[in-house]
Amino acid sequence: MRWVGRSLPRYEDPILLQGRGRYTAVLARGARILRFLRSPVSRGRILALNAPPEIPIITTAVLGDVKPVCPRLDRPDYVPVPQPILAHDRVSYVGEPIAAVIADTAAQAEDLAEQVTIEIETETPVVTLNQALAPGAPLVHDTAAQNTLIDARFETPEVGAAFAAAHQVVEFTFTSGRQAAMPLEPRGAVAAFDLATGRVLLSASTQMPHLLRTGVADALGIPESELRVIAPEVGGGFGQKMALIPEYVVVVWAARHFACTVAWIEDRLENLTASFHARDQRLHLRGAFHADGSLLAIDADILCNVGAYSNFPATCGVEPLMAMADMPGPYRVPEYRARARGIATNTCPMAPYRGVSRPVITAAMERLMDYAAARLELDPLEIRRRNLITEFPHTSVTGVVHDPGSYREAMEAAARVVDVAQFRERQQQARLDGRWLGLGMSVFAERTGPGTPAFAARRMVITPGYERVELVMDPSGFLEARIGSSPHGQGLRTALAQLLADEIGIAPAEIRVISGDTDRTPYGWGTFASRSLVLAGGACKLAAAALRERLQMVAGQTLEAAASDIEISDGRAFVRGTDLAVDVRQLARAAYHQSHRFEAIADTGLSAVATYDPYGTFSNACHIAIVEVDVATGQVTIERFVVVEDAGRLVNPMIVEGQIHGGVAQGIANALYEKVVYDDGGNLLTGSLADYLVPTMAEIPRIEIHHLATLTDASVTGAKGVGEGGTIGAPAAILNAVSDALAPFGIDIFEMPITPQSIAQLLREGGAKRNER
Amino acid sequence: MSDRLDVTFTVNGDKRTICVEPRRSLADALRDDCGLTGTHLGCEHGVCGACTVLVDDQPVRSCLMFAVQAEAARVRTVEGLAAGDKLHPLQQAFWDHHGLQCGFCTPGFLMLAVSILERDPDIGEPRLREALSSNLCRCTGYQNILKSVLAAAAAMRK
Repeated sequence: MRWVGRSLPRYEDPILLQGRGRYTAVLARGARILRFLRSPVSRGRILALNAPPEIPIITTAVLGDVKPVCPRLDRPDYVPVPQPILAHDRVSYVGEPIAAVIADTAAQAEDLAEQVTIEIETETPVVTLNQALAPGAPLVHDTAAQNTLIDARFETPEVGAAFAAAHQVVEFTFTSGRQAAMPLEPRGAVAAFDLATGRVLLSASTQMPHLLRTGVADALGIPESELRVIAPEVGGGFGQKMALIPEYVVVVWAARHFACTVAWIEDRLENLTASFHARDQRLHLRGAFHADGSLLAIDADILCNVGAYSNFPATCGVEPLMAMADMPGPYRVPEYRARARGIATNTCPMAPYRGVSRPVITAAMERLMDYAAARLELDPLEIRRRNLITEFPHTSVTGVVHDPGSYREAMEAAARVVDVAQFRERQQQARLDGRWLGLGMSVFAERTGPGTPAFAARRMVITPGYERVELVMDPSGFLEARIGSSPHGQGLRTALAQLLADEIGIAPAEIRVISGDTDRTPYGWGTFASRSLVLAGGACKLAAAALRERLQMVAGQTLEAAASDIEISDGRAFVRGTDLAVDVRQLARAAYHQSHRFEAIADTGLSAVATYDPYGTFSNACHIAIVEVDVATGQVTIERFVVVEDAGRLVNPMIVEGQIHGGVAQGIANALYEKVVYDDGGNLLTGSLADYLVPTMAEIPRIEIHHLATLTDASVTGAKGVGEGGTIGAPAAILNAVSDALAPFGIDIFEMPITPQSIAQLLREGGAKRNER
Repeated sequence: MSDRLDVTFTVNGDKRTICVEPRRSLADALRDDCGLTGTHLGCEHGVCGACTVLVDDQPVRSCLMFAVQAEAARVRTVEGLAAGDKLHPLQQAFWDHHGLQCGFCTPGFLMLAVSILERDPDIGEPRLREALSSNLCRCTGYQNILKSVLAAAAAMRK
């Protein structure tokens, strides 16, 4: 029986469905509770902390020689800035932790916190990119001139000539609002000090348990062996739970200091204010086109508002550098110039969020295609046909290697599914009735499962990428797979069990995948960059092949046949072409309890280890949105949303589609609803879910998915990652659709989210412009 | 704030008396005093619905209700849905149709869906979509939640 390719119900689910999931807050029961005192202002000098003497306050002075977090890139164009664990002389954003109090319950901790007052001499903050870049602007960090933390450039020799020779040059400025990842479970940690060993068990809602161990140990100046980090059930992460946060360092410090169990469970206000944000970007994009629509060159000025500090380990370079490297996307771009800056402001720091810059650059590039097509009088499909990559492997102008994909095929398939010609007729008819329909597409490449080469190219001092898997079959024939990756809702345990089952020849129900425990799993990089199935899956496949060989040796000896003649399936080992067979369970028992008979496996027994560290692989998709815009209210309604996705071999199609659904929903949120808003003083105006608009079931339409499957050897399992594609592609399709709907009004959308208010304003301005003509 | 009050209510059929501060939310009382941690807290300001429980068969944001307001009430939580090893049809449908990913919103959606289907077993998709828009999910894009509840409704009508 084969398991890969089946929509197997997830092994993760029964526990979660019965409310038995062990999320961090469950583990906090009985712990002493920390409450952080946070900066109420965006910029200023701390003058005093006043508290009744009976309230012990944890401050920088109390923490002693705990080291700040200082994420690094090995590049001259990057300025490292240390982030103190608790702010001492200055505060740099609203929500920055300054101190903490500890009590027996959360309510008591809040009561204590209310008795502490903080005196701060406020200063004029820099909140926006314009403010931060203005001549003479106050500096967030004295070491970062012009508030510039990274200033990267790229230029091919002939880019100027390409623009000079162009038939048509189009340009615009594209603005992306700031977004919050908003996992439904806020962050949180429980640190339990063990009096017997002196170790701390840190359970945290994290995507990266091993790196959290490294980061906390480094900050506290202790060996990593003194810490055990567990990622229990994690209620969503989307990138926000990758980075090391100062709060976790304080939690572990407090557990050691007070020799007890200490917890911090973030509330939603803290999460929206002081957890990480993303996507606050402004791109100025110029495209040079030949008369036939082929793209000659791109010139991009990429500005990213990265907030007050750099995140560990990805650094604040993650958004600008990703934007610069991946801007060409699925297109042939012969000449390219880019400048990518990360600008510090007195706002919450940025971290990776599902898609990392690519939702923004894809929206900008796809707007560029439609905008240029209109000027060149080409169909949007046609201009893309002339530019999409069709030969593989393709090395992009920035040196990124694309393995085989189906960029063109996905677009043509999506166009057939929605029947573009038929839509155009309907659109014309609707316009006569005063209804404004629009169709928009986006074609994109999603780099997934990048290994160390991809991150080394970014010159990260901490270079993630590889994944290691340890397999151990126990004497009862059950298999344990210990993985470095750390899933949080993706269904990885089920998908890996399916892969392993096929490779070894046992049932997935007999496989237990162990993750998120640094004492039990090999060092790994957790879950991000759509990597886990590609990398942990690849390592599983390699390790499984080695384990299967060992089982074949034991079976061969047991059945008096050559190991190479043994086949294993459905838990039985057969001699090929005969009816001689033995159960895998019997083999496992013998391997442990009659080991003297099996010298061939004396070194490792029934275990195997493998590491997988490939370059990475690209999945791709085309999204098409059909929308209707109500010009009276500015309301956008999504009538249809189609995805043609190529994620290579689908291990569990149901899980793949779930990832696409959720990704598209977050992309729609990015395009139409969600925006973190600060006022001029750097005060957060969107600190609740009544202000920060996460879409509900009423806003997210049915998402129609079709699959293509390009199999490449860039992924040893044939599977490509699929975690971020929905989020990357959806905003571009929506913005193009809204622009198409409003084309009769002379409106092009170059911002997101595009809210009813902004549409109403564009309609007023567009109307005014038309009146001028 | 330290003057505690006794509150008596039934949770999933069991009569419970707990002694709580008047300010304690029902959600905190269920989680900390009754040990029923399946009810999750996502926002604590009544928007996300992760903490939805049934109080006298009505769906309630347990983060917005004081425990003392539950005096003599009949409270139902996600822990009371399955009958022993047998999952409730809604739980089974969520499993079959991938109606959950990280699982954090799931108890709230299950309880909300229980109340919707108890009130209107024949509810159609448009009204169901509107009713389920009470709660937030960040992982699934809602599609498989809708599919799961429709499937459960069909199974429960049989």
